[in-house]
Amino acid sequence: MSTRSTNGHPHSVAETSDATMGDPYEADAPDSDGGAPLPISSTEEPAVVITGIVGRLGRRLARRMHRDRRVIGIDRRPFEGRPKDITHYQIDIRRKKTRDVFRSTRISAVVHLGVMHDPRASAADHHTWNVAGFQKILEYVALYQIPKIVLLSSANVYGPRPDNPQFLSEDAPLLGGAAFSEIRDLVEVDMLAQSFFWKHPEIETVILRPVHIVGTVRNAPSNYLRLNVIPTLLGFDPMVQVIHEEDLVRAIGLALKPGVRGIFNLAGPPPAPLSRIVKTTGRATVPIPHALAGPMLAPLWRLRMASFPVPELDHVRYVCMVDDGRARATLGYAPSKSMEESVRAVSEGLWE
Amino acid sequence: MDPARQLVRLGDFARKDGLPFARDLLRKARGALDGVASSLLGREVEERLRRVSIELAPSGVDPFGWDPEYARYVIAAATVLSRSYFRTVVSGIEHMPQGRVILVANHSGQIPLDGVIIAISVFLEAEPPRIVRAMVEKWSQTLPFISTFFAKCGQVVGVPENAALLLQRGEPLLVFPEGTRGLAKTFQHRYELTDFGLGFMRLALATDTPILPVAVIGAEEQYISVANMKSVAKALHMPSFPIIPQLFLPGGQLPLPTRYRLEFGDPLYFRGDPDDDDAVIEEKVWVVKATIQSMLNRGLMERKSLFF
Repeated sequence: MSTRSTNGHPHSVAETSDATMGDPYEADAPDSDGGAPLPISSTEEPAVVITGIVGRLGRRLARRMHRDRRVIGIDRRPFEGRPKDITHYQIDIRRKKTRDVFRSTRISAVVHLGVMHDPRASAADHHTWNVAGFQKILEYVALYQIPKIVLLSSANVYGPRPDNPQFLSEDAPLLGGAAFSEIRDLVEVDMLAQSFFWKHPEIETVILRPVHIVGTVRNAPSNYLRLNVIPTLLGFDPMVQVIHEEDLVRAIGLALKPGVRGIFNLAGPPPAPLSRIVKTTGRATVPIPHALAGPMLAPLWRLRMASFPVPELDHVRYVCMVDDGRARATLGYAPSKSMEESVRAVSEGLWE
Repeated sequence: MDPARQLVRLGDFARKDGLPFARDLLRKARGALDGVASSLLGREVEERLRRVSIELAPSGVDPFGWDPEYARYVIAAATVLSRSYFRTVVSGIEHMPQGRVILVANHSGQIPLDGVIIAISVFLEAEPPRIVRAMVEKWSQTLPFISTFFAKCGQVVGVPENAALLLQRGEPLLVFPEGTRGLAKTFQHRYELTDFGLGFMRLALATDTPILPVAVIGAEEQYISVANMKSVAKALHMPSFPIIPQLFLPGGQLPLPTRYRLEFGDPLYFRGDPDDDDAVIEEKVWVVKATIQSMLNRGLMERKSLFF
């Protein structure tokens, strides 16, 4: 097999997986209507399925995990530069083929990273992908009694609001969609996982709600900190939490431990005012009066000349911070990166 | 054309060509302010600020955004206001317990200067010096500059979670249970306490926190309000609309330089179920209210002059 997988870690599992799986596209058997699991050899090491594995966060997670356990990726995008011991299925999670993956493989856990956050995608596509896609995943997890599902939700489901407590607990209402309708299907996905938690007590459901993820990832907060000129709102300087992608990947690893279940907020290093975070990037800033910022951004967004919709301005206006005490106590999670390291990591990603 | 670039160009112009003068002026003003601050206060404030035991993050602020570097200017200004303008007399500050405490005070004076004076008095007189946290209106968070100003001075948004977290961190919390009802009192009702809210008592019971009654004398007369136009206030979405004749006199916009008298009483300890019926909680609140009212009455009897 590849030199990569044998590099220091003789990895026999990789061979078994390829041997039993064969070509992933041939696994699409005609009897896919039958719900019964296919006979699976009990010697096979159970795999962790990662949806949305091709994203930057998914790749990091896969790289971290594939030496210790079998990893299967599901994503509509091709996985370039894939480590050889990772099996990747380039399929849409809403398609039936996904079910065949679940049916034909021993799976110990599903990590659902495949939540689309791109506000530029059409609302309908966004909604069906996120909600219908996740519903399918939950259906398979229940049907094939997979012991664990980890959903990567986000602290954005709470939403930045003027009346937020400084640190939101996991019990806080999910009001993120009140001002920002694109967040609604993320809230819905989170809610689906919550009801699944109660409906299927035999399955360990974990919902992770991290604050702004920064690093090489292409998400709104990292892209914001990558702007050549960072716009801020004049007279507003909320306290902000960020989490380095490496810390998040570690937290996902901790969430996969047997026995862990429930909702966990995840925060990184101690919070800092937005102005300090922006200053750490060393980039220029333009403070814009908030009365102008919305009307200015709206046409730019409509023409796709800006990559942030207007309601996201609330993130540089109000607090949306979480209390991660539960994750620290139950998961044993503690961030390893400082605020400076986390924020500087967004620029490193540019040259990768 | 990239609009961001246009903005930069504009910003560059403003920075490099348009306003070097203003920048220079700003630097000079800040230098002067520093000079004034340290010459007025000497080392006292700096030394007390160093002794404040609030845990700071590496970025130099506490989790609520309290920024000692910024707060020192506000403390300097408040010290001048308290010592030179209102010539505050503080008594009973030694009753202040260590650790978490809820300061409950009467509220008056049309604008909440009484909060500023209580906070600065605790900072200047209590041993060790402490930063009093007050809860601000949620609505204030939507205002530019004001939201930032409050956060940097250690004021937090008025939600129960924040209050509980502050007390858990062992910090002093200032509460005006009368709210704007007390603040907007007309002159004829001065030093008559209005209805107390019950939230502070539930919080004290839930967190097992002592209550320190504080009587503020002098704030009632800083602005003399003859009437409160409630219908106008409602139409303008303001908490009150006082009629203050002095505002029309030259210099009358400033509060009258009455002498503030602050009395800190003995701490009160309460036990009970925080989720009890209102009637049960009200009884406990009544004890606090009666204590403050009798402190006020005694203070008023002892007061010889409004201004001296």
